[in-house]
Order: sequence, then structure tokens, then C-alpha cells
Amino acid sequence: MSTVKLTVNGKAVSVDVEDRTLLVQLLRDHLNLTGTHVGCDTSQCGACVVHMDGRAVKSCTMLAGQADGANITTIEGIAKGDELHPMQAAFRDNHGLQCGYCTPGMIMSAIDIVQRHGGQLDEATVRQELEGNICRCTGYHNIVKAVLDAAGRMKVAQAAE
Amino acid sequence: MGVEGIGARVVRKEDKRFITGKGRYVDDIKLTGMTHAYFIRSSHAHAKVKGIDSSAALKMPGVVAVLTGKQLVDDKVGNLICGWAITSKDGSPMKMGAWPAMAPETVRFVGQAVAVVIAESKNLARDAAEAVVVDYEELPAVADIQAAIKSGAPQLHPEAPGNQVYDWVLGDEGAVSSAFSKAANVVKLDVTNNRLAPNAMEPRAAIADYDAAEEHFTLYTTSQNPHVARLVLSAFYNIAPEHKLRVIAPDVGGGFGSKIFIYPEEMVALWASKKVGRPVKWTGDRTEAFLTDAHGRDHVTHAEMAFDANNKITGLRVKTYANFGAYMSLFSSSVPTYLYATLLSGQYNIPAIHAEVIGVYTNTTPVDAYRGAGRPEASYLIERLMETAARQLKVDPAQLRRTNFITQFPHQTPVIMAYDTGDFNASLDAAMKAIDYAGFPARKAHAKSQGKLRGIGVSCYIEACGIAPSKAVGSLGAGVGLWESAEVRVNPVGTIEILTGSHSHGQGHETTFCQLVAERLGVPISQVSIVHGDTDKVQFGMGTYGSRSAAVGLTAILKAMEKMESKAKKIAAHALEASEADIVIENGEFKVTGTDKAIALPMVALAAYTAHNLPEGMEPGLKESAFYDPTNFTFPAGAYICELEVDPGTGKTSFVNFVAADDFGRLINPMIVEGQVHGGLVQGIGQALLEHAIYDANGQPVTASFMDYAMPRADDVPSFNLSHTTTLCPGNPLGIKGCGEAGAIGASAAVINAITDAIDKNNLEMPATPDRVWRTIHAA
Repeated sequence: MSTVKLTVNGKAVSVDVEDRTLLVQLLRDHLNLTGTHVGCDTSQCGACVVHMDGRAVKSCTMLAGQADGANITTIEGIAKGDELHPMQAAFRDNHGLQCGYCTPGMIMSAIDIVQRHGGQLDEATVRQELEGNICRCTGYHNIVKAVLDAAGRMKVAQAAE
Repeated sequence: MGVEGIGARVVRKEDKRFITGKGRYVDDIKLTGMTHAYFIRSSHAHAKVKGIDSSAALKMPGVVAVLTGKQLVDDKVGNLICGWAITSKDGSPMKMGAWPAMAPETVRFVGQAVAVVIAESKNLARDAAEAVVVDYEELPAVADIQAAIKSGAPQLHPEAPGNQVYDWVLGDEGAVSSAFSKAANVVKLDVTNNRLAPNAMEPRAAIADYDAAEEHFTLYTTSQNPHVARLVLSAFYNIAPEHKLRVIAPDVGGGFGSKIFIYPEEMVALWASKKVGRPVKWTGDRTEAFLTDAHGRDHVTHAEMAFDANNKITGLRVKTYANFGAYMSLFSSSVPTYLYATLLSGQYNIPAIHAEVIGVYTNTTPVDAYRGAGRPEASYLIERLMETAARQLKVDPAQLRRTNFITQFPHQTPVIMAYDTGDFNASLDAAMKAIDYAGFPARKAHAKSQGKLRGIGVSCYIEACGIAPSKAVGSLGAGVGLWESAEVRVNPVGTIEILTGSHSHGQGHETTFCQLVAERLGVPISQVSIVHGDTDKVQFGMGTYGSRSAAVGLTAILKAMEKMESKAKKIAAHALEASEADIVIENGEFKVTGTDKAIALPMVALAAYTAHNLPEGMEPGLKESAFYDPTNFTFPAGAYICELEVDPGTGKTSFVNFVAADDFGRLINPMIVEGQVHGGLVQGIGQALLEHAIYDANGQPVTASFMDYAMPRADDVPSFNLSHTTTLCPGNPLGIKGCGEAGAIGASAAVINAITDAIDKNNLEMPATPDRVWRTIHAA
């Protein structure tokens, strides 16, 4: 057993876990943050994507211990109270989700994509960057639309700040 | 249409919980005292189980129990069932071997469970599973159709000699022979329809909770049809009587058919929960999904089509071998028969059709309905035949289709189905216009100058949805009726709850079903909620599959609404001292037509529940229910055209354009309909280009993770150009046909027709990987 201390969605937490515990297990089983999902166990589908120190990571493919001291943001931590993150709003407005299972990972990856590319996104880039997130419902059409829409919204939000 | 009524692009009500991480899927649920199950699965495709030694495992930390198939037999838990009886051409019933939830004696596919460890955590259960020793005596296996039907092939079940489940026929063989004997031209085609893994993103899961005091079970499960699950678990598996078993399917992360069926894992979880006296949770991982979720497709077909001198089709002869895997799954028998051969007329006037379907066992994962279920296989076959015919007869493929389109409705095909309505020229026109079909030769020439091979492929599909008229399917061997139920509850304050037997696992019912209420009553959808997925809350219903939830489920809601409205109008008329016939419902009010007299819905509801001043003899309350049984299937149809380029140096395919013109009848929410089409198209494109569940010659699965099985990713597929043409379905009052499966049914033929056009070679099997395309281009 080890004690892992980390910040999750702005709150400092300290959790005793078996050494083999994955970050996604710590989030889901110990902190009850069940918005982060497991879809494949092999780092392919991206349902488990969270942000660690501001970058997208696949939480099913790292040990909880590797996140010791890190700042983790999950899907539960990106809205400001009742105000949705622009990426969340864009997914809803563009019908970028159906069953919702891949959605948290998609949104977390998409925020990272927009942040890394600034406003310089086009459809081909979004499709290429989403290679590590699998959706079986939407055919990606509306997810791509949502990411491009959110890129614009995030630029406006940034300019306003 | 109001802003939230029928036809409005209303943003989904259910989305907020999904985009904020508040969805509630089975694996998100924790119960007090919950234990965890881990299944020990066969690593052999075919073997005798000679013994299971769990003594070491039982001493490991956190282990509660190790249970085996023999104990299931001892406790008289029933075997899995197949719910659709098919009769062979010789009059004999289909030949089935028993499928126990955990194998006591013989395993017949890799991944079949033989035992289960119940422990305090999933990790501890998995640790202990490694210490369970299973003594197998390996048997020779058959991994595909060819191997299974060879004389002297290893036999899976003594009940099915030659590994043959049935040899079923449909149609008039004599009429077909006569058509072929007079034919001016005959077109022949051999087609393999590749095996697919359904891969809903949420792996299957189950939590079983036995209450010893009440002798009552609760099952949380990833189901598309919780009432059917309860019925089957009660009536056939001896788990508990229906009133002692509550089945809850909360948020379910995609189904595509694979979550219709009742699987061994939930049966074992229920049984184990009673045995250990604590809740038992099982959550599958992705490899378990590949090994145990029912696969789809897997046909080998030879077909011949006869034409007269005017290029009119005169006959069609089809012989198909369908792979069922090692056991007959719940609806497997119906998929390559009544859901396949009945659609072999496509959009065409074909006077004579004969189909023979031979179902075989192999040592592979069971095969059952996967998005489209039989209809994609039929549509792919017909549309590949039409393309092949156009090339052989040297006519334009679109024109050959037009020459043979059915244009008069209703139209009785020679294979049971009676098409009620449609306009196949209209959808083909729309698709050809959208893709600029006339301009294609110039674009092809330009691409050639750039060193690329450009191709265009047409696919005109039809499907039978709105599954299904109960009497009709009963006469064909179905063990269930396929109606749907609904209840409308108007609460005393005027808010409304709709209880539906349909189940949403991505389809957006929580929004579209409310839109019907908004349309009829003029109330905002925020005042309406949809209740589904819990057998304790909702009346018996049949669930969601076969594009049935709008055509059948929503019609049931409409019927219940009409009853409720009729009563509410009587109450309003009484309160307003008017004639019931003069009452109209507008903007949430009951108005006396031609006057300014009105009473709001909440006041009518309150009057119904206070019952102080109701019409003489009227019962209090405002709640009505309905069961709706459709009178016919519905027939969504459309035209898909794909334009793409092949790089002759690598065999890689790149999409240029993909257009879809669908006729779904009336659309409730076009935004949601388009989303359904996008998803279906990508599943069809995935089958055409990427996906293939492969076994080696010994029955070992080669594709059991996302590292080996090529799921379509965002950069594998294009954006789509969608349009709709409309003929309203005459079979239901809303005119709805259904949209859930169309994309998956029509897309794959468009892609393969386009690639074979580009490379000028007609024979190319799915998936058309770059390697396969390159070899086909360069074959002698």
C-alpha cells in the first residue's frame, strides 16, 4: 500500500491505495468520480482521458502513484458551477454525443487539442488529433463539428478574460 | 410544429448529465457489501473439461467463493435459450445443442466461462482466478464455415450432425428455374460478409443483489430490453419468478444489438448473489467483450441474377451459409432467415426469388443481431449484384437500378414482405444531385492525371423496421410478441411522466418522446419526463432494437396520449360548461373553440385528482396506458453514393464525398436522425474498410482488443452530406419509418462499389484494407 497525495478538481486529496492501482481506479473507486470511464484497457479508446498538470493523459494506463503530487482535472471539474465549459456546451449544441460513454474522454481530449493548437484548427487536424478517442455512436461527424465550434468559443472566452 | 414539437431540432435533455460526468452506468453503481466476480474462461476453442481445482484459489486473500458449471447444473439453473424456431426444408425443427451459462463438461469457443471467482475486489478475484487449475483435454476445432461443413469435420454438438443447425428455404424454386432458363443474361457473384464485433463503448456489466428476507433479486444490467431480460431469466433460467426479480438498465453505453441478449454473466451473477448472500458485480473488460458479446454478420453466399433482353431482372437465386458460432444465441436463428432473405428483393421488381440458408456451428463466439441484423447482408448482396450486373451488361449502374425500381405501392415481393410506400427514384435523384453524378467522369479523368484512381459507388437500400407485427412474427416462429407499451401520467400539478417500454442507450428518447407531448399539448418539454429501463417502474415492454422505438414505441405513447386527452377534454368541457366536441388543446390550455373560454392543463389535472367536480360517473385521476401492435413492418429506404480515390501505389482509400438521401417518413427530431445516420454510416464504412473479427485455423481469436481489431477512428472516415426525401409510412399514425440502422445497412456496398469502380476489378472482399486493395489491383 502507498499513500498518494494529489489535487483533483482543485481539492487536495490523500488516498491509501494498493501499489498496482491505476489512476482511473483511484478516481472511480476511491474518489467516486465515475465520469471517467474505462472502455478498452489498452490505451486505445480514450474514454479514460483526464488532464494531469494541464495535459491530456489516459488514466487507465498510468499508476495512481505516478500522479503523486500532480494536479488532476476530470470531466466533473471543468464546468464553473452551472456554467458549462465551452467544449461541454459545444458537444451538446452540435449533438456530439449519443450514449455518452466516450463523451467525457472526448471532451477532455478535445480541450487539450484546442489548447495545443490555439485557434489554428481545421477538420483534418481535429480528425487526426482525435485518433486516440473511439466513439461507436456518432460517426465522429458531430464531434468534429463540436470541437471546431468550441475552438471558436474558447478563443472568444479567452479574449474576454 | 412548435419550437419543441415534431420536426424541431431540439437539443437533447439527457445531455447535461453525460457532458458533466454524471451519467449513471452499471459500473458506476456501488452497493453495500458488494463482492466482485471474475470469470475463468476457456483458452481452447474446443475441449473437454476434465476437472477444476480451486483449492489453492479458495485460500487466497479476499476470496469468497469459486463456483463452477457443475454447481449450476446441481442447482437446476436452466441453459440459455434461442427464442425463434426455424424449420428446415425437410420439415425438421432446427437442431440445437445445450448452452449452459458455465460449461460443466465441454467448452466450444475461446472465452466460454467454466468457473467464476467471487472476491472482495476485482483485483483479488483476478489474482485468485490465476490460481484455479482447469484440466482440459483439447479436441479438434472448426473455425469457419468451410471447415465446419467439410465431410469428416469435428462435430460440436451431437444434436446437430454435420454441424448443421438448419437448411431453410424461402421462395418459389420452380419459378426461379424457369426465369433462369429463359434469361438473356445471367450475373453471378460470390460474396463473403465479414464477421464483426459490435463493440459498444461501454463493456457489458451486471450487479446482482439478492434479498434473502424478501426472496427478491435486483439486477442492474447493460440491457436494451430489461423486461425481456426479466422474462427470460424467470421463465427459462429458473432464477426467480418475475415478481421477485427487478431488472434495471440505467444509462447504457451503446448497444447495436449486442445488449439485446441475456448472457451467461448476468445469470451467474444472480445465482452467485444468492449463494454468497451478498451483492455480486461483474464488469467485462474489452477482451471479454470481443470473446463473449455476440458477433455479427459472417455469411458466405453464392448468388445469381437473371435478366431479360431489356435489362429487367427476372429471377434471383441465393445460397447462403451463415455462421452461428458455438451456440444459438437468443435471436440468432431469425437473423439470416426472416431478417435477411425477406429483404432480398431490395428496391427492385423481381418476379421470382429463391433463397436457401444453411446455418452452421463453428468453434467461435456466438453470432446474433448486430446493427441491421440480416438486412445489411441482404442489401450488400443485392447492391453488389446490381453493380456487377451493370458492369457486365455495360449500362450505367444508376440507370440499371432505375430500370428495375419498384414504382407502384403497395408492392408484394416474392419473399413475404409487402412494401407499403416509397419513392426510390426520388432518393436516387437527391443523392445523384448532391454528389454531381453527371460531373464524375471529368473528376475521374482529373484524378487520373494526378496518378489517383477515382471511383463512384451507388447503394440503394431498403430495410424492414418498426419491428414488428406480433401475429406475423409469431407465424414465422418468434417466441415473443413485438408490440410496445406506454403509460401517460399527468400529475396533479400538470407535469407529465411518460413510462415507456422502449429503452434509450444513445437514441435520445428522453428528448424525442417529449417532443410528441409538446406537439400535442403545447407544453414545454421541461414539464415532461420519460421513465424507462426499470421493471419495477414501467409496465411490461419489449425494448429497443430493429429501429422500432419511434415507429412502435412512440406510437404506443400516442395511443395513450389520445386516451388521456379524451378524458381531459371531458373534464375541461364539464368545468367550462361546454360541449366536449368544442374543446381544443392549444399551448397547454383546453379551449372552447371560437370563444375566449379556456382552462389550463394544471387545472384540469388538479380537477381530475381532487375529484370534487367531475362529470357524473367519471373515475378520478389522469393516467392512461396503451399497448400498440404494428400492422406491418416499416420500410425505410434510400440511396447512398460514395466517391473516393485509391492510391495505386499503396492501395489506400481516401474519401472524396459521401452522400446519403434517406426516406424515413416523418422525422421527430432531424438533428437526432442525422446523428443516427452518421453513426450507422461509419459502422457500414468500418465493415467495408477496416473491421474483421478473425480466428486462426484452431479457433483462436486473433482480434481480441482494439490493438488488433480496426475500429473506425475520426481520421478514417469523412463528414457526410445528408438529405431526406419523404413518403409517410401509412402503417402508423405518425408516418414514421425508423432511422436507427439505415446507415449500417446501406453504406458498405456504396464503398465497395466505389473501390471496385476505381480499380476496375469487380471482385474485392471486405474489409478492403490497403493490402487487399493493392493485391487486387496488381493481381494478374
